[in-house]
Order: sequence, then C-alpha cells, then structure tokens
Amino acid sequence: MEAEAAKLIGAGLASIALIGAGVGIGNIFGSYLQAAIRNPSAAPGQFANLLLGFALAEATGLFGLVVALIILFVF
Amino acid sequence: MPDPMHQFEIKRLVPLEIFGFDASFTNSALFMSIAAVLITLFMVFAMRKGALVPGRLQSVAELSYEFVANMVRDNVGTSGMKYFPFIFTLFMFVLALNMLGMVPYSFTVTSHIIVTFALAAFIFVGVTLIGFWKHGIGFLKFFVPSGVPFLMLPLLVVIEVISYLTRPVSLSVRLFANMMAGHTMLKVFGSFVAALGLLGGWAVLGLMVAFTGLELLVAFLQAYVFAILTCIYLNDALHMH
Repeated sequence: MEAEAAKLIGAGLASIALIGAGVGIGNIFGSYLQAAIRNPSAAPGQFANLLLGFALAEATGLFGLVVALIILFVF
Repeated sequence: MPDPMHQFEIKRLVPLEIFGFDASFTNSALFMSIAAVLITLFMVFAMRKGALVPGRLQSVAELSYEFVANMVRDNVGTSGMKYFPFIFTLFMFVLALNMLGMVPYSFTVTSHIIVTFALAAFIFVGVTLIGFWKHGIGFLKFFVPSGVPFLMLPLLVVIEVISYLTRPVSLSVRLFANMMAGHTMLKVFGSFVAALGLLGGWAVLGLMVAFTGLELLVAFLQAYVFAILTCIYLNDALHMH
C-alpha cells in the first residue's frame, strides 16, 4: 500500500475518537439539564462547572483529531 | 478545493538574526504585540475616569476584572489572590489572541502548538516550583493519596505522577486543537460557499454564520478553561488536595 493511501486511512481511523467526545458532551449537558429541571434555582451556580466539564470532554476527543492531523500533514 | 492549512503559515515580516538564531518579527509576533497593546490601552483608557458609578467602557473593564477575581477567589481561595495579576494577564492575553484570530484575514496565534505549549510549560513549571517552595520536599506527598492500601501504593504513585506530568500536554493541546480545528472548519465551509456560487451558496452561508458564532463562543470558552485550569493547578500546589 502506498504511503498516501495509508495516511488517509490512518487519519480516518483516528477521527473515530470523536465518538467519545460526542458521547461525553451529550452526557454532561444531559445531566445538567436533568438536574436543572429538578432544581432550577441551583442551576446557575453550577454553570461554571458545566462549561469546564464540556471543555474537558471536548479536549479528549480533539486529542484524537490532533493525531489524525499529525498523520495527514506531518508524515 | 484550496488548502485550509495555508492560513496557519508563519510569514517573516521583518527578517532579523540574533547570534545565529532566526529572531525575525513574524505575523505571529505581530498579533501577539497587537493583543498586548490592545489589552493595555483598553484597561488604561477604560479606567481613566475612575467614576464610582461606571460608564459603559469602565463597566466592561470592571466586569472582566470581577470575572477573573471571582474565578481566582473561588478556585484558589483568598490566599491565592496574590496570583491574581498573573491569572488576569493570562486570561486576557489568551482571550485577545483567540478573538483577534476571528477577525477576517488575521492570524490565530494560539493555533500553533509551540505557542500554547510555551504558555502551558511556563504555568506547569511555575506551579510546581510554587508547590516545592511552599511545602518543601513535602510537596511529594501530593502524589500519595490518603487512605490507600499499602500494596497498591507503588502503582498508584506512578499513575499519579504520570497524570501530573500530562497536565501541560493536555492544557496546551486542548487550546491548540480547538483553535486549529475551528479555523480549519471555517475555511472549509467558506470554500463550500464559494464553490456553490451565487445561486447555491445561501444555505451554506447561513450555516457559516451560525458556525462563526459558535467559534466566537469557543474562543471565549477556551480562554476561560485555560485560566480556570491554571487556577485549579495552582490550588493543588498551594493547598495540596
């Protein structure tokens, strides 16, 4: 298999990591919404934690995207 | 399709050489300078008329101050407020760099891993030094969680040390990946709009507007997350666990 084809396949496979990002982000916001519906007055207090959790979940998925970009553009 | 990676290219604006090192003034350096000057001018001019009831501009400056002050006080405690100038500078700098990148035809400084890694490395080394300076060699107790069975201790300490050492990596890659991926996607969607032309491009243009809004939110959010994680790491060093 030539290098160019292998690179493209590798980049595609590495992007599968973004499934985890989607699941994680959905989980975070879902839990926040569930709790906010139950206890609306406590919701604004946790908004900062919501954003922090979202960023951390997104970051893990983006690590996979970075691997894909490294495979595509560095090798 | 034009190359979406072209926008991240570093261009030498003023070629310079110091002791054999290439110290040219690049477009990256230009935008870092613009960010620093912008923040300084904004804060100085906004607080020029130190009114008790703030006008519009002073309000914005006070809001940004309070936002970061609350973040530092909540996450590091009142004893951590002496690090407030550093956290404020860090937050405003990263925010300004991210926002400047959203201006059309500009350059996003934080979309280069070396920039974000330099920031994260300084933070990591600085926070570790603060930890050792405050607790002496006892700072190493941070890696030994309490209430652990004796047999599991060697494995757990190794895991704790490794996860501590990946902090600068995750801090820098988070900001870098968000900025680079965001701007790459903007460029790709933009080329879709151009390719579909005058008749077909309108739906994609609407998507593009929405996505640019999302990127503005991400720019602010990533600056906020960078600063708040620095506060959390600082809290770990100052008040271990």
